[in-house]
Amino acid sequence: MNRYLQRRLANVVMTCLCAAAVVLALIPLVSLFWLVLSKGAAGLSWSLFTSLPSPVGESGGGVGNGIIGSLFLVGLACVFGLPIGIGTGLFLAERGNGRVGDVVRFITEVLSGVPSIVVGIVAYGLVVVPMHHFSALAGSVALALLMVPTLARATEEMVRLVPSSLREAALALGVPQWKTSLRVILRTALGGIVTAVLLAVSRAAGETAPLLFTSLNNQYWNFRPDQPTSSLTVQIFNYAISPYEDWHQKAWASALVLLLFVSILNLASRFLSRSRLRGA
Amino acid sequence: MLPEAKVAIRHARQPPRLLRKVNVGDGSYNALLWFFAGFTLVIAGVIILALWGTARPAFREASVFSFIAGSNWDPVQESFGALSFIYGTLVTSAIALILTVPIGVAFAIFLVEMAPSGVRPIVSFPLELLAAIPSVVFGLWGLFVMVPWLRTSLEPFLGQTLGFLPLFRGPPLGMGYLAGGLILAVMILPTVASISIEVLRTVPSSLREAALALGATRWEAIRLASLPYGRTGILGAALLGLGRALGETMAVTMVIGNSPEIHASLFAAGYSLPAVIANEFAEATSAVHTGVLAALALILFGITFLLNSVARLLVRAVTKSQAKSPA
Repeated sequence: MNRYLQRRLANVVMTCLCAAAVVLALIPLVSLFWLVLSKGAAGLSWSLFTSLPSPVGESGGGVGNGIIGSLFLVGLACVFGLPIGIGTGLFLAERGNGRVGDVVRFITEVLSGVPSIVVGIVAYGLVVVPMHHFSALAGSVALALLMVPTLARATEEMVRLVPSSLREAALALGVPQWKTSLRVILRTALGGIVTAVLLAVSRAAGETAPLLFTSLNNQYWNFRPDQPTSSLTVQIFNYAISPYEDWHQKAWASALVLLLFVSILNLASRFLSRSRLRGA
Repeated sequence: MLPEAKVAIRHARQPPRLLRKVNVGDGSYNALLWFFAGFTLVIAGVIILALWGTARPAFREASVFSFIAGSNWDPVQESFGALSFIYGTLVTSAIALILTVPIGVAFAIFLVEMAPSGVRPIVSFPLELLAAIPSVVFGLWGLFVMVPWLRTSLEPFLGQTLGFLPLFRGPPLGMGYLAGGLILAVMILPTVASISIEVLRTVPSSLREAALALGATRWEAIRLASLPYGRTGILGAALLGLGRALGETMAVTMVIGNSPEIHASLFAAGYSLPAVIANEFAEATSAVHTGVLAALALILFGITFLLNSVARLLVRAVTKSQAKSPA
C-alpha cells in the first residue's frame, strides 16, 4: 500500500510540475503584453501615425513614415513572394510525390530555419551591391526570401487536405487537369492559403534584422523602391537603444502599433481557419 | 495475340501523339508548376552564392581558421578575431536550451496528456501569440523590463546563493550573457513546445492504454510509454529550438551588452554572431570588414542548415511512422 501511495504521489507531483511549466511559460507573455499595452497606450496620439520623426527633445513627431514604409516593404515582398511560395506549394501537393518533390520539400523545410540576419546579407549581396546603394527593393527581396518557404509548406498542407473525390468528380466531368487544379482544388483550399498568407505577412512585418542593411532607414517619406526606406521595426530598434527618455516612449508606442497589427493578423487567420474547418 | 490487342497495349504504354496532347493547358500548367519548384531550388543556390560572393574578400585576406580562433576584434586595425562572438552565441544558446527544453516538454506533456480537452485551446493559444511577437518587441521588453529585474533581483540573488561558481560571480550588470540566454529561452519556447506537442500527438494511444491497463499511473504511462516513443522527435524539437536560438538577432543584440570580450561570468557583457553582423554590417566601410561579417553569416548559415536538416529528419522519423493519421 505504501508503494502505491508513493506512485500516486509521484503522479500528482509531476502533474503539478507540468502545470507549473505552463504557468511559468505564460509569465513573460503576460508581462510583455501588459507593459506594451500600458506603456504604449500612454504614447499613442494621432501624430504618431501621421508625422515624421522629430528631433530629440522636440515634442510631437511620429513614426508615420515607418508605418507606411513597413506596409510598402511587406507589400512589395508579397509581389515577389506570394506567387513563388504558393506556386511551389501547389507543385509539392500536385506533382511532389517523386524524388524532385522530396528534394524541394526538404529544401523549403531547411530554408525556413535560415536566420533572418543571414537572409539580410543575401539580399545585400543580390540587390544592394549591384545597385550600389540601400533600397526598399533590397529589403523586400529579403522579406520575400523569408516568406517563400513557410508559404510553400502551408500551401502544400492546405491543398493536400482537399478530398480527392472533388478532383475525381471534376476530372470525370471532362474538366482538364489544369482547370481542375486551379478552379476546383485551389479554390477549395483558398481559405487555408489566405490564412497562411496572413501569417506570412505578419511575420514579415515584424522582421527587423534583414532590413538593417537592405532598406536601411529614412527620416522622410519614401515611396520609391530604389531609395532607402524607414520601417516601423527599425525605428523601434533605433529608439529603444537611444539614451533619450522621449524616444523610449516612442519605441513603446510604436511597439504597441506593431504588436496590435501582428496580433490582429494572427487572430484573423485563426478565425478564418476555424470557420473553414467548421464548413468542411 | 490479336494484332488489335497488341496495338491497344502499345497505345496504353505510349499513347500516339494525337491522344497524348489532349490539352495545351495541361502542358503549360505542368511547366508552370515545375518552373516554381525549380525557382525554389534556384533560391537555395542563390543564397549560398550571394553569401559566398559577399564573403570572398575576407577569405582572400585570411584563412577561416584565423578569424575563428582569434579573439581580438578591432575593425579599425583590421584585426578580425571572432572567437568572442562564437563564445557568446554558444553560451546564450546553451542557457536558452537548458531552460527551455524541460519547460517546453512539460508544457507539451500537460497539453497532450493531462489537460482536459476543454482547456487545451486555452493553453495552446498563448503559445501561438508568443510565437507571433516580433523579435524587436521582445528586445524592447528585455531591455526595459527584464534587464532591470536581472540587475536588481535575480543576479544579486544568484550571486549570493551560487556565488562559489565562477559562472555567477562579478557585478550584476543586467545586460550580458544571462540576459541574452533568458530572452532566447522565452523566444524559442513556442518552437520547442509546439513541435513536442506535434510529436507527442503521434504516440499511438494503444501504447498509453496498454500501460494504463497494466496498472500504471498517468505519469508512469507518460514516462514509460509516451516519452520513450517520442524521444527522437523531442530531440529534434530541441535541435530546431537551438537552430532558432543561434540565429536570433534583434532581441539578443539589445540585451547582451555588445562587448567583444570573453568572460566566464554569465553576468558580464558579451556579444553574439548575429549581433555583431546587425551592429556593424551597415557601417562597415572596408571590403574586408564587410567580407568578414558575411563570412560569419556564412558560418551561421552552415551551422543552422546542418542543425535543421538533422532536426527535420528526426522529427519526420517519428511523425511519418504514424502515416498521415489525423492528429
